[in-house]
Amino acid sequence: MQTANVNRLTPYLFLAPAAIVMGVALLYPVGYMIYASFLDWNPSQRIGEAEFVGLRNYTKLLTDEAFRESFFVTLKFASIVVSLEMLLGVGLALLLDRNIRGMSTLRTLFILPMMIAPIVVGLMWRYMYHPTVGIFNRTLKSWGFEPIPWLSDGSWAFASVIIADVWQWTPFIFILSLAALQSLPQSAMEAARIDGANGWQLIWFVKLPLMMPVLIVTLLLRLIDAFKVLEVILVMTNGGPGLSTEILSLRISRTASEFRELGEAAAMSNYLLILLMILTAAMFLYNKAMEARAARLRAAAEADL
Amino acid sequence: MSAKTYDKQNPAFYALLVALVVMAIGPIFMMLTTSLKLNVDITSDTSSLLFMPTLHNYETVLCDYLWYEAPNVDYCDKTFGRALVNSLIIALISTALTLVIGCMAAYAIVRFRFMGRDTVSLTTLMMRMVPPAVLLVPVFGIWTFQFGLDGTRGGIILVYVAMNLPFVIWILQSFIVQVPIQLEEAARMDGAGPFQVFFLVVLPIIKPGLAAASIFTFRVAWNEFLLANALADRNSRTVPVTIVNSLTEYDIDWGVIMATGMLLAIPPIIFTFVASRQIITGMTAGAVKG
Repeated sequence: MQTANVNRLTPYLFLAPAAIVMGVALLYPVGYMIYASFLDWNPSQRIGEAEFVGLRNYTKLLTDEAFRESFFVTLKFASIVVSLEMLLGVGLALLLDRNIRGMSTLRTLFILPMMIAPIVVGLMWRYMYHPTVGIFNRTLKSWGFEPIPWLSDGSWAFASVIIADVWQWTPFIFILSLAALQSLPQSAMEAARIDGANGWQLIWFVKLPLMMPVLIVTLLLRLIDAFKVLEVILVMTNGGPGLSTEILSLRISRTASEFRELGEAAAMSNYLLILLMILTAAMFLYNKAMEARAARLRAAAEADL
Repeated sequence: MSAKTYDKQNPAFYALLVALVVMAIGPIFMMLTTSLKLNVDITSDTSSLLFMPTLHNYETVLCDYLWYEAPNVDYCDKTFGRALVNSLIIALISTALTLVIGCMAAYAIVRFRFMGRDTVSLTTLMMRMVPPAVLLVPVFGIWTFQFGLDGTRGGIILVYVAMNLPFVIWILQSFIVQVPIQLEEAARMDGAGPFQVFFLVVLPIIKPGLAAASIFTFRVAWNEFLLANALADRNSRTVPVTIVNSLTEYDIDWGVIMATGMLLAIPPIIFTFVASRQIITGMTAGAVKG
């Protein structure tokens, strides 16, 4: 779009503020962090005074038991919560994709959990998991069962933080799947019904395949976010007991603030960033592939006419 | 009410719906009721549904900002009131800045062909994934030693604007694409410059997109803890930071802390009810348009 009063500088003028802010407060810090990861640096020093140690932070981390543990905990946490949320969210969407009264109110109520501050979500669950005043153990007790050490036993604590995350984020998958379902072409569904497909066959052979592009992007978005989780776990268990719920973000912040090892925390951040970059690249490539496929289909359809 | 007809459903289906709603909002409801209880009621062994609701915990939390003397608050801790003001200022200003700046960038990416357009778009996408934990070390170092912004609200606002921009640019693109180009061309013909076209023609049309973007931005700025914790000093602390600071290993004052949590949760809850349609559209734009 090139008209008389749009000169070549205009797009750059529109972009400049965003470029400056993101440059100063995102790109520069990320570059700074990469540099810092080669230093032996603590918070009381200026960065120029820190000693350059090359790859030592990186190699040290590879043999660091606690770091390996938290890397493993993060992977385990992300894969479990995302699988559970996908199953529950898509299942709910398939179940509730009907013409019912109050659907919009229902959707509003369902998105509440994801709008509430992670800090507050952590608080609510910590209260509910409380050994004596929490609702779970109170209920168990009133039914005559033994109380459960929700947050004070390693395996239970891991399960407990998973439950809290599933509570907060299943709605995300649910809303997106429901939107995908409701925008499916009715013609495909009717054709399948006329061919005699039953409910399950309709879901398995028509709905799910048609939803797949949205589901994959949803999965990747959620996976990227699951690797960033921090506050809910910080409030509920602060990584404990032991290292059972110490995810990478917590390990990074603890290495920086408690152990005062900024260089090591930076190297750790880089490992996390590489992981996230792979996921984002996967999403980007997938989108490109889908766009290309859509373009091909469009071209084929036009050729047919 | 619309004349829409609804399909008849099995009673079991409604039972399931009720169960789902209870699961979704039960914990929030529990936080609300706990915030209205005295500690005696919280720790008592008897049924937790029968109690005298009291605003005592809220009075304790907000003591500094009450227009009356709260009778049973004997010690007033000013921390929370100050944090609430900080949170409001930081969230509002960073949301406004993010919207204006992000919108302009999104418009440039959608409407102009220029050199480096793909790079800009890809960089934005990549920046989206940088988690706060990764920014922790560099932002602490740079803000403290180079910019001298540690402990100021401005410093926190700057990080939040930067953090939110990639997402806002992303979702606004899908709204701007839908603005009919004829409208813009008509304005051009009437002699409007590109900035006039943007502010007078494009912005009013994409209001729903702006609403969605502002809610997401506000939500992040209002809820964020880690960077605020690293950057804030006593005077610029936000509510999430105060909450975490007041959490001790044992002996938590649940009534007060739940009242604090409730106050932090109320703005996002109100937004959700007012603009759930925009929120859902905004989320879908992120996933469906990729």
